[in-house]
Amino acid sequence: MIEIEHVSKYYGDFPAVTDISFSVKKGEILGFLGPNGAGKSTTMKMLTGFLPPSSGTVRIAGSDIVSDSLEARRHIGYLPETVPLYTDMDVTDYLKFMGRIRGMSSNHVNQRTNEVIDLVNLGEYRKTHIGKLSKGYKQRVGIAQAILHEPDVLILDEPTIGIDPIQVVETRRLIKDLGGEHTVVISSHILPEVSMICERVIIINDGQIVAEDTPEMLATRLKGIERIELDVKGPSKDIADTIEAIEGVTALEHQYVQNGGHTTYLITSNAEIELRSKLASAIIGGGWELLRLQSIGMSLEDIFLQVTTDEYIPDDTAVVVVVEEAQQG
Amino acid sequence: MTNTFIIAWKETRSYFSSPTAYVVGAMFLILTGVFFVFDMTRPFAEASVRGYINWATLFIVFLAPLLTMRLLAEEQKLGTLELLLTSPVRDWEVVIGKYLASLATLATTLAFTLFYVALLFYFGNPDVGPLFSAYLGLYLYAAAALAIGIMASSLSGNQIVAAVVGIGILLMLTNIDRIGALLQGVSADVISGISMNAHFEDFSRGVLDSSHVVYFLSLIAVFLFITVRSLETRRWR
Repeated sequence: MIEIEHVSKYYGDFPAVTDISFSVKKGEILGFLGPNGAGKSTTMKMLTGFLPPSSGTVRIAGSDIVSDSLEARRHIGYLPETVPLYTDMDVTDYLKFMGRIRGMSSNHVNQRTNEVIDLVNLGEYRKTHIGKLSKGYKQRVGIAQAILHEPDVLILDEPTIGIDPIQVVETRRLIKDLGGEHTVVISSHILPEVSMICERVIIINDGQIVAEDTPEMLATRLKGIERIELDVKGPSKDIADTIEAIEGVTALEHQYVQNGGHTTYLITSNAEIELRSKLASAIIGGGWELLRLQSIGMSLEDIFLQVTTDEYIPDDTAVVVVVEEAQQG
Repeated sequence: MTNTFIIAWKETRSYFSSPTAYVVGAMFLILTGVFFVFDMTRPFAEASVRGYINWATLFIVFLAPLLTMRLLAEEQKLGTLELLLTSPVRDWEVVIGKYLASLATLATTLAFTLFYVALLFYFGNPDVGPLFSAYLGLYLYAAAALAIGIMASSLSGNQIVAAVVGIGILLMLTNIDRIGALLQGVSADVISGISMNAHFEDFSRGVLDSSHVVYFLSLIAVFLFITVRSLETRRWR
């Protein structure tokens, strides 16, 4: 349904997106994930034909977005990140206008406008001027106009920003329901959202695709590494030597002396070897006090950090643990 | 073409649901009304619109860009242009649709000035020919001013800039014949040839010359064409 081949976009000399290729099948929900300024919105704008790519091709439903732009655009429903709306129109009039310029017949528009308004729970605000709506309601109007004409391809740039948590849940469900019939591309920097809604995730950073897989596969892909954290009371240098001597420990990433007089150690290891029992017996065998032993999995967040930052920062995780313990203590 | 009318209808409604059309229209009518009265109360005043209609063209120079400044600048500022241009709508359909809306609004305002004409007929015995040519000229003049205004509106997301640029271009195009008058030979002819006021003069005198009609229609076409192009290049900026 969507095919992107070797697409690059330069703003002057600045490369916003460099040589990205991917395709989205009919009915698939693709998540586009990346930190701010990674090129998500630029890619979205190129998908919808608003920005022409500097090089490469974008095809929507078989039509090239540049050379056969009008035909390609007929298949698209789009919600830009900024949710642009005509603030001087009321909700119904606005939706009718958007439907009409997308080639819907007058009758069809009237019927769909009512359906869509109910779908996004804007029933009470049918005749309210858009300028008077709160941000969350404006967002709903934005979503309503994107799905109004039942497009084959739905492109939503950060659709859940600025709306309340209940509405976020409803919006996610709505998007999920739209998959299957519609091809959906959503961008987000909220990881749980993407793993919840999407069947496939593309992580983009500095204008390049750094990872592409299902959320589950992305999570397991980095599960080759296991991390164990333990609190031990005793001479930290001896303990560190002991730990590093254990077979299967790839690195002692970090140690941190806690207030209670014990030290927190963060170890990475090869996941195939069960290390916890070995660690426990080694420490107790050394005559030290083992206060805590915990294996820490990799969340999508860790993966995200790992692929989007050059260096993985274990210090941050350790600090989090300290805070947690301070709260418990 | 349907899209053009959908956009024109939407914009026309937007004009009449905001104060813009009423304020601009009221200003125009007050000013032309005042100058119509001045013109009529002079001794030996003739039953014609010639005096006030020259003033009307000057007010159009200032008011037309105020009407059109919103049309594309606001779309750029709000970002709604992004949705409009990613809809299956051609760029020229957007431009023409918006242009037609501004034209309908200004034409409605100008239609109110026919009240003065009615007064002329009630109290005097005016010539129909010059009246007709004057109004044809006035509408063409207004249509050209709006085309220049919408072009200015396409240049940036700032409505004030759009208005100032529009008024600037119009003042230059309307009064450039004064520079032409200082020159001699071909350059004088060329400069006078592009002046809106020079081409309008015959209309107000009651002379109907097709070359003037062609001039104004070409002016409209050229500026609308530039607007479409400006909208296209906006994608590359």
